[in-house]
Amino acid sequence: MFKVISNEEIAPQLHRMVIEAPRIAKARKPGQFAIVRLRPGAERIPLTIADDDPVAGTITLIIQAVGYSTQEIVATKAGEYIQNIAGPLGMPTEIENWGKVICVGGGAGAAVLYPLAKALAQAGNELITIIGGRSAEYVILFDELAAFSKEAIATTEDGSMGEKGFVTGPLKRILDESTTKPHAVYAVGPVPMMRAVSELTRPYGVKTIVSLNPIMIDGTGMCGGCRVTVGGEVKFACVDGPEFDGHQVDYDELFARQNAYQELDEHGCRLDSVKV
Amino acid sequence: MTELTIKERMAIQRTTMPEQDPVERAQNFKEVNQGLPLEWAIQEAKRCLGCKKRPCVDGCPVNVHIPEFLDKLAEGDVAGAATILRVDNALPATTGRVCPQEMQCEGKCVRGKKGQPVAIGWLERFVADWAAENMEPDKAPAEQTGFRVAVIGSGPGGLTAAGELARAGHGVHVFEALHDTGGVLRYGIPEFRLPKRIVDQEVENLRSLGVEIECDVIVGRTLTLSEIRDDFDAVFVANGAGLPMFLNVPGENLKGVYSANEYLTRTNLMGAWTGDVTGTPIFRGRRVVVFGGGNVAMDSVRTAKRLGAERAIIAYRRGKEEMPARVEEVHHAEEEGIEFHLLVAPLEILEDDKGWVRAVRLQKMELGEPDASGRRRPVAVPGSEFELECDAVVVALGTVANPLLTNAEPDLKLDKWGNIIADESQATSLDGVFAGGDIVRGGATVILAMGDGKCAAQSIDEYLKGKTPKAAA
Ligand SMILES: Cc1cc2nc3c(=O)[nH]c(=O)nc-3n(C[C@H](O)[C@H](O)[C@H](O)COP(=O)(O)OP(=O)(O)OC[C@H]3O[C@@H](n4cnc5c(N)ncnc54)[C@H](O)[C@@H]3O)c2cc1C
Ligand SMILES: Cc1cc2nc3c(=O)[nH]c(=O)nc-3n(C[C@H](O)[C@H](O)[C@H](O)COP(=O)(O)OP(=O)(O)OC[C@H]3O[C@@H](n4cnc5c(N)ncnc54)[C@H](O)[C@@H]3O)c2cc1C
Ligand code: SF4
Ligand code: SF4
Ligand code: FES
Repeated sequence: MFKVISNEEIAPQLHRMVIEAPRIAKARKPGQFAIVRLRPGAERIPLTIADDDPVAGTITLIIQAVGYSTQEIVATKAGEYIQNIAGPLGMPTEIENWGKVICVGGGAGAAVLYPLAKALAQAGNELITIIGGRSAEYVILFDELAAFSKEAIATTEDGSMGEKGFVTGPLKRILDESTTKPHAVYAVGPVPMMRAVSELTRPYGVKTIVSLNPIMIDGTGMCGGCRVTVGGEVKFACVDGPEFDGHQVDYDELFARQNAYQELDEHGCRLDSVKV
Repeated sequence: MTELTIKERMAIQRTTMPEQDPVERAQNFKEVNQGLPLEWAIQEAKRCLGCKKRPCVDGCPVNVHIPEFLDKLAEGDVAGAATILRVDNALPATTGRVCPQEMQCEGKCVRGKKGQPVAIGWLERFVADWAAENMEPDKAPAEQTGFRVAVIGSGPGGLTAAGELARAGHGVHVFEALHDTGGVLRYGIPEFRLPKRIVDQEVENLRSLGVEIECDVIVGRTLTLSEIRDDFDAVFVANGAGLPMFLNVPGENLKGVYSANEYLTRTNLMGAWTGDVTGTPIFRGRRVVVFGGGNVAMDSVRTAKRLGAERAIIAYRRGKEEMPARVEEVHHAEEEGIEFHLLVAPLEILEDDKGWVRAVRLQKMELGEPDASGRRRPVAVPGSEFELECDAVVVALGTVANPLLTNAEPDLKLDKWGNIIADESQATSLDGVFAGGDIVRGGATVILAMGDGKCAAQSIDEYLKGKTPKAAA
C-alpha cells in the first residue's frame, strides 16, 4: 500500500500527486516510469516518475485524467492509499552535458518531458522548451519548465496562449535560425505530434528522441504487449525504452495498437462485425 | 481390514474423474475436474501393488513416497497419507493437478503396462485437498535461527523454498515483481485447471509460518541483487523464465495478436474474463488461432473458447503425438470442441482494412528425420500454402530468460541462453546466492521448480551453519 501525501489539480484534469514509495524514490532515474494499480481489480497504468525525494521517500506523478483508470487514480485524496506501485521501470535517459538541446512537449507529454528536461538542465545543457496544447488550459507545466529553460515557447491551436499553431512552427524556425546545431531534440506527446517532429528534424540531421507510450501490462518484458517496431526491429518499450530514435519508429503501428481497445465494445468484441 | 491379494487389486478398474460437462464448462472458468469422492479415492489407492522396485517413485522428479502414501489412503488414513506426501512435496494440491503424470509417476507405474496406471495424480490432489480442509497448517518453529533469507519470485520454486526455510527457523522475505503471488500458477495456468484458491491457501500457509511477502518489488530495478545480498544472509533466485518468443512472421504486431503471456495474464491475473468494464480489457475473438502445442497453447485456446470464441483452433507444426502438452489437457480440449490443425506452420498474419487480424497464411508440413530432441522434424510441403480466416491470434511458443535481474550482476554466471548457472546444490557463482526453477532450467515444470526450491532451502540451511546472522553482527 502506498500513501498519497498530496494531490493538487494543476490544470483541468491534470493532477500532481506526491506518493510515499521509498524504494522507488531511492532507485529512480529520470526517464523511468512506474506502474500504478489503484485497487484490486483495477488496471495497471504506466506513469512517468516526474520527480523524487529520496529523503522523504516520495515520488511525484503528473497525471492527466484521460479515461476511467486515470480518473480513478486522480480522485485519490491525500491520506488515502494506492494498492500497488511497481517501479522504476524502463531505461533511464542518457544524460550528459551536450551543450544545446530542444525539448518539445505536447499535451500530457509535458509531464513525461518534465523529468528529462530537468535532468538535462541540471547536467548543464542549454534548453529550449516548446510546449503545445489545444488551448491555454492544455498547456501544462509551462512555468515549471520555463524555470530551467533558456528559452520557453508555448503554442496553442486557437492562439489563446503563446504562438498560434503547432509545436513544429517554432521548432522549424529555431532549427533554421540556429547557428549551432542542437545536440538533440526530445519530443514527447501524442503520436501524430512525435511523428511530425521526427519528420521535421530528419532533413536537418538532428538526433530526435521520442518517448513512446504503448499499452503495457507488466512493464518487465514478460507480456510483449508493449512491442513497437523501431528501425524494422521489434522492441519492448517497457524494457528497451520508453525512449527511442524518433526517426526509426513505426508510428502507424504504434498508433493502431494504442487505440485497439478503444475500438472494442464493453464485452471486448469488435464494434465492426467480423465475418468469420 | 483384511489385506487384499494382488489378484483382487488387479481386478479393480481405474476410477474415473467426475468432470463438468464439456459443453457447459466451455462457457465457464470453473475447474473441469471436480475431484474424487472419498470412497473412490480409497478404492483407487487399493489398485497399487506396493511394488518392491517402486518404479513410480523413480518417475517422480521429487521422489514422492508413492506406495507409502497410497497404502495409508487405502486404509482410509487420509491424514497419514497427507503427512507422507508432505515430506517430499510442498504443493501437492498443485502438482496433483498439473504434473505431466503420464510422463512421470504414472508413466512408470507397472499397472500401466497392462491396462491403466494407478491414478497417482488424482489421488495426490485428493489427499492434498482433504488435508487443506481438515488439517492445521504448520506453525513456525519456536526457535528462530536469526538468519534472514531473501527469496526472489513467488512462483512454485520460490514458494517451496520459502516454506522449507521458514520451517527450518529462518526469517524469510519474498520479493515479487507483480502485484500478486504465485508466478505462473496465478498468471499463466487458468482457473479451470488450477483454482486460484489453492495458490491463496499456500500463500496463507506461508504467512502463518511467518514468511513476509512483498509484492511490487522488481529485483534489478526496485532493488538490485547486490543490495539484497548486503541485507540478507542468503538469497534464493526463482524469477522464472519470462520473455515471450514470437513467430517472427509478417503481421505479428497487428491488432488482435497476443503472446500467450499477455493473453493469459490479462485473463488470469487481471481478471479480464470477469468482463468488469473498469478493469483490464481483452479482445474476445470470434475465431481464434493459437500457435503451439504445449500446455501454454492448450491453456490459451481453451481460454479463448471460454471467452466466447465460436471456433478456437490449435495450429501446430508437428503431429498430435509430438505435442508436449499434458495428455489430459489435449483430451479435455478435444471434448470442449477445440479444433486441431496439425502439421501446419505460419507464414504470415494478414490484416483487414482497419489493421486487425483477418486471417493467417499457413503452410502444410510433413514429418521428416528426427531432430536433436528426438522428435521428427517438420518439413514444408511446397505449394501447400493456404489461408485460415480468424480475427485473433495467440502465440504460445515458449519463453526465454528475462535479463532484468541478471543484467545488473556481471559476476553472476549465465549460460548462453541467459539462464543462471547453478550446480546440483542450486548454488550459483555468487557466494550465498542460490537459484532454481525456470531461470536455471529454461521452461520446465512446476514440480522441477519445486524440487529446486526444496534442494536450495537445504543447501542454504547447510551454508548458514557456523555463520553469524548479519542482523546480529
Ligand atoms: C511509459 C509511459 C509513461 C506514461 N507517463 C504518463 C504520465 O506521466 N502522465 C500521464 O498522464 N500519462 C502517462 N502515460 C499514459 C497513461 O498511461 C495513459 O493515459 C493511461 O494508461 C490511460 O488509461 P485510462 O484508463 O485512464 O484511459 P483509457 O480509457 O484506457 O484511454 C483513454 C485514451 O488514452 C489512450 N490511451 C490508452 N492507453 C494509453 C497509453 N498507454 N498511452 C497513451 N494513451 C493511451 C486511449 O487510446 C484513449 O484515447 C504514460 C504511458 C506510458 C506507456
Ligand atoms: C500457461 C502455462 C501453463 C503451464 N502448465 C504447466 C503444467 O500443466 N504442468 C507443469 O508442470 N508446468 C506447467 N507450466 C510450466 C510451469 O508453470 C513453470 O515451469 C513453473 O511455474 C516455473 O516455476 P518458477 O518458480 O521457476 O517460476 P515462475 O512460476 O515463472 O515464477 C517466477 C516469479 O518470479 C517473479 N519475478 C520475475 N522477475 C522478477 C524480478 N526481477 N524480481 C522479483 N520477482 C520476479 C515473477 O513475477 C513470478 O511470480 C506452465 C507454464 C505456463 C506459462
Ligand atoms: S509430484 Fe507429480 S510426478 Fe511426483 S508423484 Fe506427484 S503427481 Fe506424480
Ligand atoms: S508402480 Fe504403480 S503399482 Fe507399483 S508401487 Fe508404484 S503406484 Fe503402486
Ligand atoms: S509491458 Fe509487458 S512486455 Fe512491456
